[in-house]
Amino acid sequence: MPLVKNAKIVSDLFVHVVDGAELPGDGAVLISAARFLEDPETLSKRAGKTGVIWPNNRDLDDLVPYLDRLAAVALVFPSFRDGRAYSQARLLRERHGFEGELRATGQVLRDQFVFMLRAGFDAFEVKKESDAEAFASTARRYSVFYQPTGDGRVTALNRRMQLRHSESAGQ
Amino acid sequence: MYAYDELDRTLINERVSEFRDQVKRRLSGELTEDEFKMLRLQNGVYLQLHAYMFRVAIPYGTLSTKQLRALAHVARRYDRGYGHFTTRQNIQYNWIKLAELPDALEYLAGVGIHAMQTSGNNTRNVTSDQWAGVAPGEVEDPRIWSEILRQYTTLHPEFSFLPRKFKFAITASDHDRAAIKIHDIGLRLHKNADGETGFEVLVGGGLGRTPFIGKTIKPFVHGRDLLSYVEAILRVYNQYGRRDNIYKARIKILVHELGIEKFAKEVDEEWKLMDASALTLDHAVVEEIRSRFSYPAYEKLPHMPDELKEAAHDPKFEAWRKNSVFPHKVQGYSIVTLSLKPVGGPPGDATADQMDAIADLAQKYSFGEIRVGHEQNLVLPHVAKRDLPVLWKALDRIGVATPNINLVTDIIACPGLDYCSLANARSIPIAQELTRRFANHETANLIGRLHINISGCINACGHHHVGHIGILGVEKNGEEFYQITIGGRADENAQMGTLIGPSVPYAEVADVIEDIVEAYLALRDRPEELFVDTVKRLGVEPFKERVYATR
Repeated sequence: MPLVKNAKIVSDLFVHVVDGAELPGDGAVLISAARFLEDPETLSKRAGKTGVIWPNNRDLDDLVPYLDRLAAVALVFPSFRDGRAYSQARLLRERHGFEGELRATGQVLRDQFVFMLRAGFDAFEVKKESDAEAFASTARRYSVFYQPTGDGRVTALNRRMQLRHSESAGQ
Repeated sequence: MYAYDELDRTLINERVSEFRDQVKRRLSGELTEDEFKMLRLQNGVYLQLHAYMFRVAIPYGTLSTKQLRALAHVARRYDRGYGHFTTRQNIQYNWIKLAELPDALEYLAGVGIHAMQTSGNNTRNVTSDQWAGVAPGEVEDPRIWSEILRQYTTLHPEFSFLPRKFKFAITASDHDRAAIKIHDIGLRLHKNADGETGFEVLVGGGLGRTPFIGKTIKPFVHGRDLLSYVEAILRVYNQYGRRDNIYKARIKILVHELGIEKFAKEVDEEWKLMDASALTLDHAVVEEIRSRFSYPAYEKLPHMPDELKEAAHDPKFEAWRKNSVFPHKVQGYSIVTLSLKPVGGPPGDATADQMDAIADLAQKYSFGEIRVGHEQNLVLPHVAKRDLPVLWKALDRIGVATPNINLVTDIIACPGLDYCSLANARSIPIAQELTRRFANHETANLIGRLHINISGCINACGHHHVGHIGILGVEKNGEEFYQITIGGRADENAQMGTLIGPSVPYAEVADVIEDIVEAYLALRDRPEELFVDTVKRLGVEPFKERVYATR
């Protein structure tokens, strides 16, 4: 499954380590929420980078205390239809100030890219090669955005207000 | 009318090109039908019994003549020459070809019309009072706020994959014509003691197999906080709404299972934690949207022009005027409802020729504006009273002056088994038969206000629960049967109807309705007592007795 970061297909530095398998001392790993929560203090202080795969039906409160020590959080789209991880992503970025990698996993298809970018995702485990290849062009598909999110894109309302101000300033 | 600016236009054009790419990928086989399903649904394309069905949004029911002509063009060029207006201020085309859809959409985008989120598990078309901006006594024009919500909900990055569909409706009048109590979020615009605009927010209303009347979650949310409060509700729903069972996924079930107090508390907690600054609608922002709405330059006209006095001698004109013409907030003007319920016709259908003709008449007599109401009729919202006689003649010629507004033949019906793959039974032929049974306008007038709503299945697109008489198609051993409820209503006193007894076969439905109506005429204590009030006073028993005694 290709990983997309910065609009390019890149190699994944994180290793998915299944529950029960031994963790390498260093090196970047992605582990399950269950495993992480068994011993979060130790795990979040590993020498290597640690990322947690957080299920979309679990409250973020249990994860929040460790966010500043995590290199990545991977959120899950069990199906294209299940949009819970969009809320989790915005909360992690906008409310809890998470600055590490925010990865979309599961059924990640081309037609979700813009929504995901706007919700704060910056890494994408894309299901289909062709979708991954189309990432850059798909991400540019929209130039107008009605809603404010934490991604910094200026909303249509704000652009109109700016336009108004510049018009009245010019008079 | 709201005029799109460059940004609105750019966005819908970008959406059209995205959809064109999605269709292309489907036609080339790159997308499976299952993958494509979700994408087409987000743009109003269903696969029905015979063909694709295409649902186009008419936000808060307002159309310009240019837009109505574009809808007519799509009916003529891409469909079979007609369209069907729905109960949620949409229009549906039933015979569209997938490969041509992107072109139809592009054409509509040219006049500022789109099909975004007219289906799928997202925030649907925001609906409002078809008399918004012209109804006497209205607090203020709710379309400003409808448009703000339309923009806010369009392609929302967080709420485009909700547990289930999500519908908003707004009213700003005491008499609710937008059926806000049967919406996921219903908003009643009113002012607080300081004269500031805000909303009573209702949540969890809806029909379908588990009908609920919406409950008030907050009596007053200030206008500036509307979007942040809505976002809090949607976020709670997105996270906690059920996704394990499609029939329990609407917000009404979450509200019901948690109880409105607990749900309200969850929303409040979320609302407090939010950094709402970006969503706050300060005065200037609201005024920016308001400034994009244009209003007619009304003339100073007499209350009772000579033309109207003269025409009063024509009983046919008078019958129509008394039935279909309503008071306007400006003296000398009227609101005119155009009946899309001709005797023997499918409710809510209009041909391309009718749409073009109505657009011409709107141009001439209604400042170029047309409205669509949830009762599946059209409205010319600004008609000078002096023009009523000549307008009536023109409307009559094209078959949209049946004087049956709010009467027994002004039936709301879903497409039913004639088109819909979900339906258990036909709706349209039942409606057609009933319009023939009650074709005599004098009889219909004698009966008075009576809303019959027909759904072809439990999904309740025909709002049967809230019809004064509700008719629900069910399937029994491969045959069409119908359950009859009475006493429902969709207005500010909304409530669900009560079942009168066992379901009846297709062939008997019209007889049963006639029995119910006859029983009402015998039972009402005076001619002014409406059907729904007689049912309220007496309960269902006497009606039940009448219907089943001989069956």
